[in-house]
Amino acid sequence: MKEKFTTICSTCVPLPMENVDTDQIIPARFLKATSREGFGDNLFRDWRYDKDGNPVKDFVLNDPTYSGCILVAGKNFGSGSSREHAAWAIADYGFRVVVSSFFADIHKNNELNNFVLPVVVSEPFLAELFDSIAADPKTKVTVDLPSQTITNLANGKSEKFDINPYKKQCLSEGLDDIEYLLSKKADIEAWEARR
Amino acid sequence: MGKTLFDKIWDAHVVNNIPGGPSQLYIDRHYCHEVTSPQAFDGLRQRGLKVFRPEKTFCSPDHNIPTLNQDKPIADPVSRNQVETLTRNATDFGVTLFGLGHPKNGIIHVIGPENGLTLPGYTIVCGDSHTSTHGAFGAVAFGIGTSEVEMVLASQCILQPKPKTMRINVNGKLRPGVTAKDIALYIIAKMTTGGATGYFVEYAGEAIRNLSMEERMTVCNLSIEMGARGGMIAPDETTFAYVEGREYAPKGEEWEKAVAYWRTLPSDPDAKFDREIDFDAADIEPRITFGTNPGMGIGINEPIPSPDPEDEAGKISYEKSLEYMGFKAGQMLEGIPVDYVFLGSCTNGRIEDFRAFADFVKGKKKAPGVTAWLVPGSWGVDKQIREEGLDKILEEAGFEIRQPGCSACLAMNEDKVPAGKLAVSTSNRNFEGRQGPGSRTILAGPLVAAAAAVTGVLTDPRK
Repeated sequence: MKEKFTTICSTCVPLPMENVDTDQIIPARFLKATSREGFGDNLFRDWRYDKDGNPVKDFVLNDPTYSGCILVAGKNFGSGSSREHAAWAIADYGFRVVVSSFFADIHKNNELNNFVLPVVVSEPFLAELFDSIAADPKTKVTVDLPSQTITNLANGKSEKFDINPYKKQCLSEGLDDIEYLLSKKADIEAWEARR
Repeated sequence: MGKTLFDKIWDAHVVNNIPGGPSQLYIDRHYCHEVTSPQAFDGLRQRGLKVFRPEKTFCSPDHNIPTLNQDKPIADPVSRNQVETLTRNATDFGVTLFGLGHPKNGIIHVIGPENGLTLPGYTIVCGDSHTSTHGAFGAVAFGIGTSEVEMVLASQCILQPKPKTMRINVNGKLRPGVTAKDIALYIIAKMTTGGATGYFVEYAGEAIRNLSMEERMTVCNLSIEMGARGGMIAPDETTFAYVEGREYAPKGEEWEKAVAYWRTLPSDPDAKFDREIDFDAADIEPRITFGTNPGMGIGINEPIPSPDPEDEAGKISYEKSLEYMGFKAGQMLEGIPVDYVFLGSCTNGRIEDFRAFADFVKGKKKAPGVTAWLVPGSWGVDKQIREEGLDKILEEAGFEIRQPGCSACLAMNEDKVPAGKLAVSTSNRNFEGRQGPGSRTILAGPLVAAAAAVTGVLTDPRK
């Protein structure tokens, strides 16, 4: 059972890059662990640290101006490799929500399976949100899962976002897919028998 | 209304449809490697579960393994632990392992087809985005995350929203010197890196139909690089001829029954796709990439395009990408010095790729400034290289054949391209640092790679 997801109100960490691939979220050389913990330390490793391991000052995760549990990213977030380590790194770092105008499929599933909510917004909403955060880094955003609404509190604008009812229920109740599948064993055996 | 190839296979595997939610899909074949499976097996232990259908899962370590001295213990203790963990998990849970040193070991997407484990009409998953490779056989094959690996181990099913369908037709005949990799890089550049997200793609048309199975695997392998959930090609006589007689393929009466079923799978003439796109094979030249995603590609004789001035948000990423590569808009890349050449990976590590490379370099010499890594996709490929005498041709030209694995495609082992160095690579991703921190990658087919390896500069292989 994971932490239940309801409504989150937080400041944001902006990453206005497009096509952020999972190799940037967590480079391959950090995939050697056999547990799920600790990946947050290497989230965005090669943008966050230089080759000697010193923090890159102007990278957003190293900039104390920005904080919060909502990551706001440019379109096509999470493209590339299927590595769930990318979602583990995002969750382990402390993000609960990722906002973008477009997500790669596998990564989006991986986020949902780790109780990180991917929120797809329109291009104008995303552009305005980046503008709001640039103007005031303390800009807060509310993500309300029950009503499937995201609100930029700087300009008061809201948008509805999509999530399938099954996944919404999983997040709201802290349930995972394996529990569902295990409850369907009889159906699986019946399917195998009639094949 | 008729059904598509994709719909026929998907619908035949639905155990339940959750109202308003995903489908519960039965999986025929599950492949595992060492990087994305340990947490899934651990999950089973924590829940006190067994593998539900152990005979349907096959494991092979490939991502982390060295490509030299595989008979010795892996030097990096963390890599060694991951590979040993896969061995322990396969033993504890009773699933088949083609471990390090096993004659069937190799890149999971190479050994599956090679051994007849990948069959038409199957649903196939693996914790790896290039699982789409197996779609070449007319299978619904796609990459999954580790939570989903655990689902398959626990129940032989996963929950997936049904993707939309797209057909990409490549009409007419390819020009000489153009490879399957060039077709894929061309399509990805036209579609962009996210252009097929949400879709399952069927490749069709004369140019696709004329491809060998290995070439079809190269095309389907790269489907994820335009965001597609998977890619597939209808099974035909080429498919059946490849599969027949392979170790795990059906035999005798079972074979006849299977082929009869496979013949029913191609999309019906009146099947409707959510999107349909046509390309002309004659427009495709040998391709290269110039940026840091596979969609940033051009013909080898074309200049690097300028960013779209209308796309403010995209411009920042585009310029960052060119800055990383050290290139400028308008620049021609032909003739630039190349430091590394990599032939291998699940994209281009099969026997036909080695034949093409060897044929090109025969009687020539490797350029002195180039470090070349030639890494067969499996021990099966390695054996065939030696049986055909390609090893002699390559050695005479100054090339060494390494041992199988994913190698420099993602540089999890020691095959890392050093910072700032430029590699021409037959692999699938040119992301920042993909082949080693600070490395710069130009993706290309085996012929462009061979031409760069013998000239030391980026060269049109037709010249």
